Formats: sequence, C-alpha cells, structure tokens
Amino acid sequence: MIELAQIQAPAIDYQGLAPLFATIGGSILVIVAGLFRGPLAQRVAVPALAAASLVVAIAFTVVNWEAGDSRPIIEGALAIDTLALFLSMIFYLAGLAAVVLSLRADVTREAGPGEFMGLLLGSISGMVILAGAENLVTLFIGLELLSIPLYVLCAGQVRKARSLEAGLKYLVVGSVGSATLLYGLALIYGATGSTDFAGIAEAIGLEGVSGVSSGTVDATDPLLLTGIALSATGLAFKASVAPFHQWTPDVYEGAPTPVTAFMAVATKAAAFAIILRLFDQALVDVQLQWGPALAVLAAVTIAIGNAGAIAQRSLKRMLAWSGVAQAGYLLAGVVVGTQLGLQATAFYLAVYLFMNVAAFAVVIGRERVSEHGDDLDSIRDLGRTSPALAWSMTIAMFALAGIPGTAGFIGKFYLIDASVAGEYTWLGIAIVVGSMISLVYYLRVIAVMWMGRFEIELPTLARRRVKPLEGWSPEADARAQPEVLAVAVLAAAATLVFGIVPSPLFDLARDVGTSIAGLS
Amino acid sequence: MPFTIHLSIMVFLPLAAALVAALLPAKVGRWLVVGATVGVLGYVIAMLIDFDPESGALRYVTDDNWISELGIRWQLGVDGLNLFLIALTALLWVPATLWAALRTDERPRLFMFHMALAETAVLGAFCAQDLAVFVVFFDLMLVPFYFLIGGWGSGDRVAATTKFVIYTLVGSLLMLAGAIALGVLSTPAGGELSFSLAELEERSLGEGTQQWIFCLFAAAFLVKAPLFPLHGWVVDAYRSTPTPVLVLLSAVLSKVGVYGFLKIVLPILPEASEHFQELMLILAVFSILYGSILAFSQDEARLVVAYSSIAQLGFIVLGIFALDDKGAQGALMQMVNHGLVVAPLFFIIAVLSVRAGGSASLAQMGGMALRAPVLAALFLVVTLATLAMPGTPNFVGEILILFGTFEDKLVYGLVASVGIALAAVYMIRVFQLSMHNRAGPEARSAELSGLDLAAILPVTAVIVALGIYPQLILDRTEETTTAKIQAAIEVSDGGAGGETAVAE
Repeated sequence: MIELAQIQAPAIDYQGLAPLFATIGGSILVIVAGLFRGPLAQRVAVPALAAASLVVAIAFTVVNWEAGDSRPIIEGALAIDTLALFLSMIFYLAGLAAVVLSLRADVTREAGPGEFMGLLLGSISGMVILAGAENLVTLFIGLELLSIPLYVLCAGQVRKARSLEAGLKYLVVGSVGSATLLYGLALIYGATGSTDFAGIAEAIGLEGVSGVSSGTVDATDPLLLTGIALSATGLAFKASVAPFHQWTPDVYEGAPTPVTAFMAVATKAAAFAIILRLFDQALVDVQLQWGPALAVLAAVTIAIGNAGAIAQRSLKRMLAWSGVAQAGYLLAGVVVGTQLGLQATAFYLAVYLFMNVAAFAVVIGRERVSEHGDDLDSIRDLGRTSPALAWSMTIAMFALAGIPGTAGFIGKFYLIDASVAGEYTWLGIAIVVGSMISLVYYLRVIAVMWMGRFEIELPTLARRRVKPLEGWSPEADARAQPEVLAVAVLAAAATLVFGIVPSPLFDLARDVGTSIAGLS
Repeated sequence: MPFTIHLSIMVFLPLAAALVAALLPAKVGRWLVVGATVGVLGYVIAMLIDFDPESGALRYVTDDNWISELGIRWQLGVDGLNLFLIALTALLWVPATLWAALRTDERPRLFMFHMALAETAVLGAFCAQDLAVFVVFFDLMLVPFYFLIGGWGSGDRVAATTKFVIYTLVGSLLMLAGAIALGVLSTPAGGELSFSLAELEERSLGEGTQQWIFCLFAAAFLVKAPLFPLHGWVVDAYRSTPTPVLVLLSAVLSKVGVYGFLKIVLPILPEASEHFQELMLILAVFSILYGSILAFSQDEARLVVAYSSIAQLGFIVLGIFALDDKGAQGALMQMVNHGLVVAPLFFIIAVLSVRAGGSASLAQMGGMALRAPVLAALFLVVTLATLAMPGTPNFVGEILILFGTFEDKLVYGLVASVGIALAAVYMIRVFQLSMHNRAGPEARSAELSGLDLAAILPVTAVIVALGIYPQLILDRTEETTTAKIQAAIEVSDGGAGGETAVAE
C-alpha cells in the first residue's frame, strides 16, 4: 500500500480566529449585499452589515482578551496575545469610524457602497493578520492584504484626478516599500535560517548582559544587519517615518477624507504592529545594533514632520505632516526595546486613534459644505457657528500638541518616561522640542476657529464649488450630518476622559506589556 | 473637632460652577461664576483663620492615587509657602471676574468659563504637592489665557497670544522633560517611580544631572516670571490683554514661576541651585535695572507697569537666590505684595484710559485728580506701595530681600538698591502725568463708579492692612521658607568641604 504523504493539519483555535472570520465574512457579505439595487440595500443594508461585522469582531476580541503569553491560533502562523488584540481593537474602531464618516461621502457613491465597505473590511482583515503574525511569511501576507485594498480605496473617487493620483502614488511607493521589506525579510531568513519570530530570536539569542551569543548567529553578522536595515526601511515607508515620508502629504490630501482618516490611524497602528513584533520580539537581542539607528530616524522624523506641518494651510496636509511627527514620537517607544516602551507605544496608539478621528471628522464635516474645502478658512469662526465641532477640533489639537487635561499629554508623558528610563534621555528631549514646534500649527487651527479674522501668511487654496448641503449656515450643516458630529464629539470626549482618568487605558497597556515575554 | 478643608473641592469649585453656568443663560451664569470665586475666597479665609502659625508641616493634605502606573499621585496640601499665594489668587479672582461679568458683552459665557478654568488651574498649581500634578496645572493655565487674550484682546491679539503661549509653553515643555527625568533618574534601584515632592527631596541626584535639570526648570520659571532675557512676550501680551485678564496674568501667573523656584528647585536640586546662584543673581539684577530703566521711558501706562513688573520679579528672584532666610522670606512676602499692588494699578489704568478718551498713553491723560479725590487717593496709596514707601508691606518685603542679599552678596544688593530709587522715579512720574499735569485734550476727570470701587477698594484695603501688620504673613511663612532653602544653604556653606560627596 502506498502511503500518501502525511500532512499534519495545524491545530486551529476557532475562538481565537473568530474576529478574523467576522471581518472577512463581513467583507464578502457586504460585497454581495452591494449587488442589490435600491436605496435600502445600498444606503442602509451595506453600511449596517459592515458596522455589524466590526461590532461582532470587537465583541469576540473582548471575549478573547487574556493577559500573558501568546496563544497560537494557527500553529506557527498566527497567534493572539494582548498586543495583537489591543491593536485589532484600534483597527476595528478606526474602521467603524470610517464606515460612519463615509455614509454620505462622494467616494461611497462613486465606488459603490458594497465595494467600498468590502475593501475597507478586507484591509482591516489584513491588519488583524499582521498584528497576530508569528512568522515572516504571515507577516508579509497580512501586509499585502492590508495594502492592496487601500491602494484601491485611495483612488476610490474615480472622477477626481487628485484621488486617482493619490492612489497611483500610494501604489508605487507602497510597492517599493513592500519590496524592500521583503528583501530585508529574506536576508533575515538567510542569516538565521528561520522564518518564525521565535526561531529568529532563538538563533540570535544573546545570553544576558555578557553579550555572549548562545545562538548560532553573530549579532554583528552583516547579512543579518543588512536584513534589519532593509526591513526597517520598508516599514518606514509604511509608517511614514522620515526620510521615507514624502508620499504622505500628497496621498493624504488626494485620498477621499474618510479613507485618509482610516489610513492615518489604522495603517499607522498596523505599521507599528509589525515594527513592534519584528524589533521587540524577534530582534530584541540585537537592540544595541538597531536601537541607535532607529533613534536617529525617530529624531529626524520628529524634526521633519513638525517643520513640514508649519507651512500647510490645507488641514489634511497639516494632519499628514503631524502624522509624520507623531510616528517619530511613537518610534521612541520602540527604540528603547523595553516593556515600558512597548506599553507606552500601545498607549499612544490608542490615544492617537481618538485625537485623529476627532480631527478628521471635523475636517470631513466642513469639507463637504465649505467652498474652501479643507483650507483653514473652512473652519473660520467655527466656535461661534458650531461650537460642538469647534470644541472637538480644539480638544484634538490640544491633545496632539500634548496639553494636559487631554490623553495626548499622558501619552507623551508615558513615551518620555519610557525614553528616559531606557537611557535615551536625548530622545525624550527631542519629543519635547518637537512638541514645541508643533504648537505653531496646532494653535493656529484653534485661533482660526475662535479668534475671528486675522492674517495667516500662507497662500490660500483655490475655492471650489460645492452643492449646499443644508443652506449655507454651519449650524444647519452640522445638523444635516449628525453622524459626523457624533463621531467628532465621541472621539473628542474620549480624548478628554482618558486625559483625566487614564487608568482603564493603562490597565490595557499593562496587559499588552505582558505579551512579549522576552522584554526587560 | 478639627476643621477640615478639602482642597480638591476648593480647586475645582470654579470649574464646576463654570460648567453649570455654561448650560444657563449668560445673565445668570456669569453671576454663578462670580459666586464661585467668592466661595473660594470664603474657603481661603476659613483656612487663614484655622492656620496654626507654629507648625511648618503640610496640612489639609489630599493624597490619592491618580495614575499609579506613572507614579503620579493626586497630592494637594497647604503650608506656609503657598498659603498666601493661594489667598492672593482667591482674593484677586473676585474683582477680576466681577469686572468681567459686568463689562463683557461678547460671548460672555465663554469668557467666564475661561476665567474659571484659569482659577482652577492656578489654584491647582499652587496646591500641588506632586511634581507631575504641578506640571499638569502649570501647563493647563495657559489654555484659558490663550483664549482670553486671543478672543477678547485688543490690537494684534492673535499674534500676541500666540507669542505668549509659545514662549511659555516652550518653557513648560522643557520643564515637563526635566520633571520626568527628575522622577526617573532619582528612583533608586528597585524603588518605585515617584513624583511626590516630599519624596523627591529625600532622594538624591548626581550633580551633573541636577545641573541640566535645573536649566530646564529655570527656563520654564523665568519665562513665566518673566525675567530678562526671556521677557520677549511681555510687551505684546500686556498691550493686548483685556484688563481683568491682565490683572491675573501679571499679579498671579507671574508668581507661579518664582514659586516654583522655592517649592521645587531649591529643595530638590540644592547642588545645582548653588552652582547657578551667581548666574541667577546676575539675571535678577539685570532684570531690576533693565525693567526700571525701560519703565521710566514708556508712554503707555500699561507698559510702565509691565516693565516695573520685570524689575519686581527680579527683586523676588534676587531674594530667593540670595540663599538666605531673610531673603527667601522677603521674596515670598514680595510675591504677595506685587500681586496686591499690580491688580489695582491695572484697574486704575483701565479707568483712566476710559476717561482719557480710550487712550492708554500718559500724554493723553492728566488732571484726573481734579474731580476725583477718591480715585486719586487710592492711586496714591497704590503708587506709594509700589515704590516701597515705609509703612507699606512692599517696604518690608524689599528690605528683607536686601538684608538677605547684603549678608553674603553685597555687590548685588548695592546694585539692586538702585532699582528701588528708580522705582520711585517712574511711579511718581506716572502719578504726576496722569493725575496732576494739564489735562489732555480728550481727558475729563470723573469719580470712580460703584463697580470700579468694588474692584479696587478691597484690594487696596488689604495693602494698607498688611502695611500695618506684616507679621500676619511673616509669622506664618518663616518656618517653611527657611526649610525650603535649607538644603541649598547647607551645600553653599559646606562648599569646599567633603560634605557634598552625597552627589556621586
């Protein structure tokens, strides 16, 4: 009798996999639902299904939450631990915000609600896979699953040249980044002989402080170091870390704003998911090698991002540059390679979600009705005409700038704390200096909303024609899109509440800290 | 039964009232905020009566967990050091909100909200006994002032407020980095991270570390004060700020900075304080001379007071860094005095500029005393107090500072005395030009209205009372101020000796 090649099916933990099923299943359902004509299917059923699948995913994630070591869900490929679950939660919430914010967006109509929401859920699925990746191959699959739908989404507004341009630009730059990353991953595999994170860590494994290698690979092995450098470069593209950030403002500006909001928050969190996995889990033993290099990247990113944002009048471009700077702050938490750093990064990512969603919601609300588009003029005197939107934006800006009373302050405090404790005091000071520069442009936004007319010495954007949504008054416009107002207010409220009572977030961050056992 | 005072209630009373007021019609809401400031004042008066001058210990302590992961505790308390600064805050917020309640027609609810938020932030900063809590309130203070100057100021208000906030926040952010570094680096191996000021005083830090942390803190406090050469924001801000806000900015906010030196820098960074003593003294003396000379040459009444404030703050820093018991006590006394004097000055200037046809220029005023004897009398009292005439509390404060300086740092003391003489010159000049001289073309003399009187008279009465009985402050502060500078004095005395080997 011929024995067939024995295939051992990997052990699968279906409960752990449930959130992923929810998003992938939701994605398919939504596309199918989008095939039905009629306003009920298109305008109600599709978004409702998309939102429902995200809510289900969130519910499963909450059920799965358990501190401690990672549990494999597909052996050798995917695992869940608190880090993965925490980041997935950010993806789901960002996705939920994007679904709500895109209800009335042009992009939903032009791309078709089914396709739009389906792609969004597909991208989220990629992120979730990425966050739980246990091995280089899964990591790359997750990355591509997240990126490819996003390229399409950026170009979703097919009748707008800027949107197509953004999509193409993102495709080209993103592919270069992916290719570089892949090259780097291949070299790491070549050096260590393993694609598993655990295997890589074992192969490098330094013994304690003495620096004597217990593994098979020398920490200064050029193959390994080149691999690390190339991976870092590839990831820097994705996380818009300088000097690989140039695409960010253009793509953020050109992409449909709900997609921009999603990208700004979720893609950044996803990029940091890989960075944390790769550097803090697989490569943590050679932290001495990559730490200083990443630290320099972080400092450069902070400087360039903040300097770039000063000259922006377009709110989306300003937020893009500020996102670059924030990536620099986040990187500081990775650089130190400690548990504290991991917690601080996770904490800041959550805070980052709230403040950016609030800011983008306001931009979306105003952009739809103002002939100034996303120019600073579109929010002029918002404090008088629509105080709820103005307060949301104000809180978001204060939080991004790191003013106390907001979660942004605590987040920065945590990051600086981690930097100083990880013997990167100068990086902590770099964060502080970056925050100082950032005041110029964050405060300008607040001043425009509350302080009436004054000159800003920057060229204004061209005016454009818009269909009046509900008369021309901002109050009426705000009433006309209650869902945008609700997202803005909720996100701003979360920013404020977690700034005053941060303990719930800290509890989560502490659990996240336990997920990577090897960290000091 | 011992009298208990919950500082958290006192700190958040104005903010809570403002939040409620935001939901009420503006007419009712503004009086609710004024009521809250009166309530805080009542609280503080009760505290003053209850305060036992014999003990230097911290009292009315609140100590709860806030953010345990970062070692931040919600610690508030009162001792001789902050008692009178809290009293000053509570006292001055009443006339300021009263003034604002009656004169603000544009978005009054928002204005009152920011005024209340500002009071909460300042009280919080003064009460804080945890470094992180102090930093939080210190930064938070800027938010309402940013809106108040930018939204209701005059002239180029947005530029002025942006400059003000960026200047001060740059300092505050440096301090944030310094505070975190202080907490983390002073944690002994295996110990818990803590930002509690009492705890930090116990822990030691290497001298090199102390020095750069000192610089970060000094940057924040000197900008806030402001002291030469970090006073760049002053002129624009003083020109644009609405009167009730300016009163608070100049009288109270500037004190938070110098208070920080006494509360945080000297006890926790004694070696660095001694190391930088000469530099700080030079800055202080420079500020005194620079401020006095520029005050003499200004035509705008507000700017005279602005520059005189720089000089006064120079005196206070001089007293602190003389590293002497008397100097420190004089500095604390002078913090209160300067606040008390500046507040009525700005109200009077506002009153005068209304009578001078809206101009703040001294040349446009003149002859104001003619039909306004009460105004003139009050102005005279305040003027004499500013130039530290014997019989005023300022005299006591400045004399103590000079005593403290003469003991060890004679040269600085001598130069600083010139400042006192100059103060007499510029204040009398302001008084003469506005009250006597020939009346300006638009000027017309008129007596104070009831409201103006309500804002100005009580504060002036406190000045006179303190002039008669300065012991009220001196008795209650002596113990604490001495304790705060003790560590730095020891370092300075032990100078060359092996005593400082504590620092690694």
